[in-house]
Amino acid sequence: MSLENLLNHTSEWLRGTGPNSNIIISSRIRSARNLVDIPFSHWANDKQREKSLEEIKAAVGSALFLKKSTYLELKDYSELDKQFLVERHLMSREHAVTQDSKGLVIDEKEIVSIMINEEDHIRMQVMQSGFNLTEAWRITNEIDNELGVNLDYAFSPKLGFLTACPTNVGTGIRASVMLHLPALVFTNQASRILQTITKLGLTVRGFYGEGTEVQGNFFQVSNQVTLGRTEEEIIDSIDKVIAQIVTREENARKAMFMRSKERLVDRIWRSYGTLRSAHIISSNETIELLSAIRLGIDMDILKDLTIPVINELFILTQPAHLQKMEKKVLSHSERDLKRAELIREKLGG
Amino acid sequence: MICDVCSKKDATVHLTEIIDNKITKLHLCEDCARKKGAEMEEHFGLSDLLAGLADFESKAMPKKEAKAKCPKCGMVYDDFKKAGRLGCAECYNVFSDSLKPLIKRVHGSVEHYGKTPISRFEAKVAPKKEFKKKKVADDIDELKGQLQRAVKMEEFEEAACIRDKIREMEKKEVGKKK
Repeated sequence: MSLENLLNHTSEWLRGTGPNSNIIISSRIRSARNLVDIPFSHWANDKQREKSLEEIKAAVGSALFLKKSTYLELKDYSELDKQFLVERHLMSREHAVTQDSKGLVIDEKEIVSIMINEEDHIRMQVMQSGFNLTEAWRITNEIDNELGVNLDYAFSPKLGFLTACPTNVGTGIRASVMLHLPALVFTNQASRILQTITKLGLTVRGFYGEGTEVQGNFFQVSNQVTLGRTEEEIIDSIDKVIAQIVTREENARKAMFMRSKERLVDRIWRSYGTLRSAHIISSNETIELLSAIRLGIDMDILKDLTIPVINELFILTQPAHLQKMEKKVLSHSERDLKRAELIREKLGG
Repeated sequence: MICDVCSKKDATVHLTEIIDNKITKLHLCEDCARKKGAEMEEHFGLSDLLAGLADFESKAMPKKEAKAKCPKCGMVYDDFKKAGRLGCAECYNVFSDSLKPLIKRVHGSVEHYGKTPISRFEAKVAPKKEFKKKKVADDIDELKGQLQRAVKMEEFEEAACIRDKIREMEKKEVGKKK
C-alpha cells in the first residue's frame, strides 16, 4: 500500500463532529490481547513472533468488520513512513522502533487500527470524533469478538485478559479522550483540575500519548485501572469525569469572554494574523497558534473558518507529513519554510 | 524529601496511589528510579515504574518464587524486575504470589469483572438454542458477581435488588425446562 493515498484524505476522527466536539477532539478505546501459546512480543524469538504475526493476520483476513482494511508489514516501510503513521495516530512510537515481524492493520476510514506484535500481540485502537467512548467501545468489542473466534487469547477467569505488563491486565482496555482546554489553562485552573484527575485513577498525557508533553492546551485523559471493573464501568467513570471538565471549560470560556473580551479577541486575531503571514514557523508555534484559532472558531470570533480545517492542519504540519507531501527529506529549516507555506495556502493568507 | 530506596539522595520521582481510601506513597531519587527501570529514558512511564515496584515488593517475596522459572518461556522473576514485562501467559501462574500484591497495588483489585472471550466452541459448534441458554446462565453468573460485590461494599439495598433479579431469572429458566 502506498501511504501517499492517506495524504489526500482526513482521518474520520478529525471531522470535528460528534458530541462536545468544540472541546473534545476525539475519543479512543485501545484493547490489548495476546495469544496463549506464544510468549509476549518482547520475550518471543523470531520464529515465535513470525507465528503470532501470521496467525493474527489470518484472523484479521477473515473478520467481516475489517473487510475494507489494509495490512502493512512494517519492515517494508522506511523510518519516515513509520513516523508518518505515528503522526496520524495510527500506531504508537514504540511500534515504530525496529524489530522484525511487526504488522499494522488500518481500516479505510482510519477509525480502526491494529498493531501486531507491539508490547502485546494485538493492540487494537478505535477512534471516534468528539466525545463518544461508548461507540468506540461498541466497535472494539465487535471486532474483538470476531478475532477471538479464530484466536486463542491468553485469558484467565480470575485475572481476565493476560498482558505483557500487569498494568494492562483484566479488561486490557484503555479509554482515552483528547481535550482542548485553553480557557482552563488561561485562567490557571487546568493544573489543579488535572491533578485531581490523577487521584481518581486517571492519567493525563500530551497529544501523542505516553511520554509526550502537553502542547497547545491539548490533554489526553485515560484510565489507569484495567482490572476489577467491567469495560462499561471503566468507560462510565471516565465519561463522568470528562463531562465535568467539559462544563468547567465551557464556564471558563464564558467568563473569559465576559471579563477580558478585548484581550481574548486580540490574541485570537493576532494568532490568525501570524499564521496567515508567517514565512518561517516551527511546529511548536504552529500548535500554540492553532489552539488559539480553534478557540476563536468555537467562540464565534473567527467566523469564516471551520474546525475540520484546523484539526487537519495539526496533523499536516507535522514533520513526516510535510516530507511526504514534498516527496523528499527536508531539513529542520526547510520544514519550517514548507510548514508556513502550507498554512498560508490552507488559511488563504 | 529523601529517596525511599537509597535513603541518601533527594527523591524527585513520586508515586501516589489510593487503594480503598488508603494513600500509599513511594518516593525515589532519579538514580534509583533509573536503576530500576531498564528502559527509562526521557519519560518515566508506568511500566517502568512497575519494574521498580516489583523490586520493592519482592523484598517480602516468597523464597521459592524468587528462584522459580517459568516452564513455558524460561523467565525468572529477576527478568521481570528488569523489563517490567512478563514473558508469557503462564508467568502469571508461576509468579502469582509475588504478582498479586503488585496487581492489587496498581488496580486496587485482583479480580476480573469484564468480558470473557467467546470460544470457538460456542461460536461454531454449539447450536443456536444452546448458545442462548448459555447466555442466560452467563447473565445469572454476572449478576451473582455483582451481588457479591454489593455485599462486600455493604450496599445492601442494591444487593437485595440483584438477589430478586437472580431469583426471577432462575425461576424463568426452570419454568422453560418444564
